[in-house]
Amino acid sequence: MQYAIIGAGPAGVIAAETLRKTDPQGSIVLIGGEPEPPYSRMAIPYLLIERIPETGTYLRHSPDHFQKQGIEIRQDRVTAMDTPNRRLTLSSGDGLQYDRLLIATGSRPIKLPVPGIDLPGVHNCWTLEDARHILRLAQPGAKVVLIGAGFIGCIILEALAERGVDLSVVEMGDRMVPRMMNQTAGNLIKRWCEAKGIQVHTATRVKGIESRSGPGFLKRVTGVLGLDAESGSANALGVELDNGHRLQADLVISATGVQPNSEFLKGSSVELEQGILVDNRLRTNIPEIFAAGDVAQGRDFSTGGHQVHAIQPTASDHGRVAALNMAGTDTLFQGSFNMNVLDTLGLISSSFGLWMGVEGGDSVEICSPEKYRYLNLEFQEDVMVGATSLGLTQHVGVLRGLIQGRVKLGQWKDRLKRDPSRLMEAYLAQNAVL
Amino acid sequence: MAWQKKVLRVNLSAGTCTPEPLNMKWAHQYLGQRGLATKYIVEETDPKVDPLSPDNKLIMTTGPLTGTMASTGGRYSIVTKGPLTGAIACSNSGGFFGAELKNAGWDMIIFEGRSPTPVYLYLENEQATLMPAEQIWGQTVWETDAWLHNHHQDPLLRIAAIGVAAEKGVLFCGVVNDLHRAAGRSGVGTVMGSKNLKAVAVRGTRGVGNIRDPQAFMSATQAGKKVLAENAVTGQGLPTYGTQVLMNVINELGAMPTRNWQTVQFEGASAISGEAMHEPRKSDGKPNLVRNGACFGCTIACGRISTIDPSHFTVEGENKPAHYRHASGGLEYEAAWALGSDTGVDDLDALTYANFICNEQGMDPISFGATVAAAMELYELGVLTLEHTGGIELKFGNAKALCDIAELTGRGEGFGMEIGLGSKRLCEKYGHPELSMTVKGQEFPAYDARGIKGMGLTYATSNRGACHLRSYTVASEVLGIPEKTDPLATDGKAELVKAFQDATAVVDSAGICVFTTFAWTLDDIQPQIAAACEGDWNLDKLLEVGERIWNMERQYNLEAGFTAADDTLPPRVLKEAAKVGPAKGNVSDLDKMLPEYYRIRGWTTDGRLTGETRQRLGV
Amino acid sequence: MQRSLHIDPEKCTGCLQCEMACSLENEKVFNIAKSRIKVFTFHEEGRFVPYTCTQCDEAWCMHACPVEAIQLNKLTGAKVVNESVCVGCKVCTIACPFGTVNYNEDSGKVIKCDLCGGDPECAKACPTSAIAYIDANWTGLDRMRSWAARTDTSARA
Repeated sequence: MQYAIIGAGPAGVIAAETLRKTDPQGSIVLIGGEPEPPYSRMAIPYLLIERIPETGTYLRHSPDHFQKQGIEIRQDRVTAMDTPNRRLTLSSGDGLQYDRLLIATGSRPIKLPVPGIDLPGVHNCWTLEDARHILRLAQPGAKVVLIGAGFIGCIILEALAERGVDLSVVEMGDRMVPRMMNQTAGNLIKRWCEAKGIQVHTATRVKGIESRSGPGFLKRVTGVLGLDAESGSANALGVELDNGHRLQADLVISATGVQPNSEFLKGSSVELEQGILVDNRLRTNIPEIFAAGDVAQGRDFSTGGHQVHAIQPTASDHGRVAALNMAGTDTLFQGSFNMNVLDTLGLISSSFGLWMGVEGGDSVEICSPEKYRYLNLEFQEDVMVGATSLGLTQHVGVLRGLIQGRVKLGQWKDRLKRDPSRLMEAYLAQNAVL
Repeated sequence: MAWQKKVLRVNLSAGTCTPEPLNMKWAHQYLGQRGLATKYIVEETDPKVDPLSPDNKLIMTTGPLTGTMASTGGRYSIVTKGPLTGAIACSNSGGFFGAELKNAGWDMIIFEGRSPTPVYLYLENEQATLMPAEQIWGQTVWETDAWLHNHHQDPLLRIAAIGVAAEKGVLFCGVVNDLHRAAGRSGVGTVMGSKNLKAVAVRGTRGVGNIRDPQAFMSATQAGKKVLAENAVTGQGLPTYGTQVLMNVINELGAMPTRNWQTVQFEGASAISGEAMHEPRKSDGKPNLVRNGACFGCTIACGRISTIDPSHFTVEGENKPAHYRHASGGLEYEAAWALGSDTGVDDLDALTYANFICNEQGMDPISFGATVAAAMELYELGVLTLEHTGGIELKFGNAKALCDIAELTGRGEGFGMEIGLGSKRLCEKYGHPELSMTVKGQEFPAYDARGIKGMGLTYATSNRGACHLRSYTVASEVLGIPEKTDPLATDGKAELVKAFQDATAVVDSAGICVFTTFAWTLDDIQPQIAAACEGDWNLDKLLEVGERIWNMERQYNLEAGFTAADDTLPPRVLKEAAKVGPAKGNVSDLDKMLPEYYRIRGWTTDGRLTGETRQRLGV
Repeated sequence: MQRSLHIDPEKCTGCLQCEMACSLENEKVFNIAKSRIKVFTFHEEGRFVPYTCTQCDEAWCMHACPVEAIQLNKLTGAKVVNESVCVGCKVCTIACPFGTVNYNEDSGKVIKCDLCGGDPECAKACPTSAIAYIDANWTGLDRMRSWAARTDTSARA
């Protein structure tokens, strides 16, 4: 059996390893587009903080890990897919035949449709290469404008703050992390950031970015001086906001969300919506093609519908289940579970499932703004369906257990409504561990 | 080390919280907890201070073994001048609060002054904040506990609080921590209330890491645990029956004070005993006792967790809050005696309910029960009437009356405030001081001095008023620990009491529980202290520290105005012989022991420390 | 025969010797706040329930770790955090549906039970044998694991 996997992120790597375990004889080729060994984007903030070296981001640490497992890694990109003949064409010109194909090409940052987004000095924070740029430009005292206070924006705040930059954040939503945190929590995170000396502009859009003297001029000057066009500039960029303000910047980081890498499938017969539609076995509409991770639009645990969940745990679950099915071990996927944990300048927050609540449901919340502690639980009848927490670091995973386990809370629902912090007790009591 | 070497000083008048280093010179002389905090009180306050004035101070204090793996190493004490007695007060409690305070990085908290408005102290490691307590002032300990847990969103917050009774000035209020453990005696909670301090909520995550010799400490504590496990009392009796293991034993011995000490055996003892707590009841087939529970680090686990019979009058009906039907801290021997035998009530569920109320409202069940007993005698004499009691028929054996009075006193209402005076003031007020079964203003515990003579001397000389926990000679006279002595003999009791008093002062100052001494002698404890603490803590030094603490407390009381005349017992115990049982015909014989006691203490015949004693001990 | 922690809440008195032993072994101080085993108190019922990682086969934490910082100790079956590799991203803390992987703000890493390398201190410190380290087959682990399966995102069809 010949397996091809496109994409060397967590979904691809876990799929490759699972295939090897399940089918010791098969040939496995893992195609990665970036010129690095498989690494984790989750670890990039810790690279920026210089807690780990680049190698610390690698998904697998042993240098001969893939070789030992008989997994061939190719740095290449797929340019064409011939699905009837099960053949890939790669940008190197090579062709690759497969019996089973996994598409795990992940996602990429959404490019903000504003003028100047391609200027030198404007970067995403997505790849190791992006991280290298940021490390170079985010020098002490440098003015940095972060566009987007979503998950990625927030998680790199600490790194930027620790690097001593002068930081402003621009978020079009009315609070921070609007896609992961409700009003109360998102605003508490905003207050926390402001208390740490960061300017936060919410409900604000970026209209455009311009080079102070125009790109041509800048290039000429820096060229004459023999400087890099980016690092040689002091406040070379101006970020224009829709409230009329203009922010000076040496570095602009654009972190306004991600979208699936599925363009290369346009024209193929693989069915797409927001991402690649997959069934409960992570199979696309073409029987020998599977999809996993950020690119896949699979079953959502909470709603039963199909949803792209661009998060690490979903990528790893997808990769594992897809691989089992590819290798012939029939395995059902129960649905991905929306959950996130975020560390914003040391303030830890998490959200789970239907954290925004459900129609006809009820909820409880406790909030101590002065301590930046918050807990919100959303219920539907006597089952918890969603949760949001701020400042909770102990036993936080039990929120997943309670929600995803669809634990019938019985009398513990009332107890949780009286004291929501007794989550572990509710879990233990209702699972007959008591 | 083992000390955190840090003290938090909270000035309630000024609203300030200031850290300061622990006085290590004193730590080496007084070890910790009871001894060390008393030293602070002695040095910082006037012994003549009005206990309920802002000039009195209140110290919550841990010992060097608090928060460690030493068995029972979870104790803390509250030291202050007691309003019930006017003497030095040191009330010791288990639960989890003390260890948490230590874990937060503190040896003790010294509260001074009086807050202009109700406050509570919130302590999260080094962060100490006085917070407004308007929302919990007027609430019970249990309500306060729930509110604080909820407000701070922390199920692991450890809370010590006072109930409504202390706010209202009931004189025998304790401070209740972890819902049902209490620094119970002498009115330490009343002092806290007088300072407008409702609660202390602590969360500690720093830990206790400064053990002098960790390896020696682990082997010493492990050896200690083995001794506790293999001893019949600490290994079996206490875990199975709690301190209630004593109810039948003491009753059979004829040393069970009954109906305000009118007699020495209670016909209802077995119905309220530890054994009875195991008996399935008719209504739901469950016994009173749910299980035994431990305090922090305790490998004995004598604590009782009980429920009230759901069909009992105290919990029946829609209007009764559900929490009375849940499990909570059950009867210990002293509480069962005071609420039961001393009042003649043999209804186990009524006693459990009254005990719940004492925990919920932060009252010492010994002093409460004993005061009710005195009031019952006054009522039966016709001195107190229905008019006084607000219609409560305060007869011996009336379970309903006991429960009603508990509620009233807990809320500081009506006749409850008369009970709240304590037995001494109540009996004086109604012209019968001789009916108050107290020493230095504090009510007796559960051992009749006519049947266990050493306890008479113990009560008469106890520095905090009548108390069994200052020298528990019951261990020797009844249980034969460390060796059996005759409970009806007076010979040798002076030495016995002194030895127990000094050793207990060491135990109370180390951060461990006095119940370990059912199995441990200082020989078992000394290696644990020595391995934990810097300096040379040999046996001789510990004995000297114990003696020093005792004499310091004595000196404080003398300066507070007590004299040898206060080292006495009520006439009933001195003169009315026991009518039944093995002790029949006996009185307490205090006069045969006291002079000898003074002599071996190195005190003058009028009970004052001689110059030589003061110099030898550095008091 | 692989062994595992067997917990019998019936026997637990709530003394927390296990928590102290755990923190001493792993953090070198008596500090129950850093214990990997926790005793939960059910005051209304009068129950104490010690609880820690069951070293479940599914190993949510291990699979969720983006940098391979949690690995299987083949000898003990424990899923062990390699502190030098852990970046502190906390994904495992939300991935574990039992809530038994916790973030330690002091170290910036996560902590979880590692069975003390095959000689768990909590079991040794327990005065009532409420925590025992015994043959895996004898424990209630299967019950826990079947529970784990309910939370699984996949199931054998």
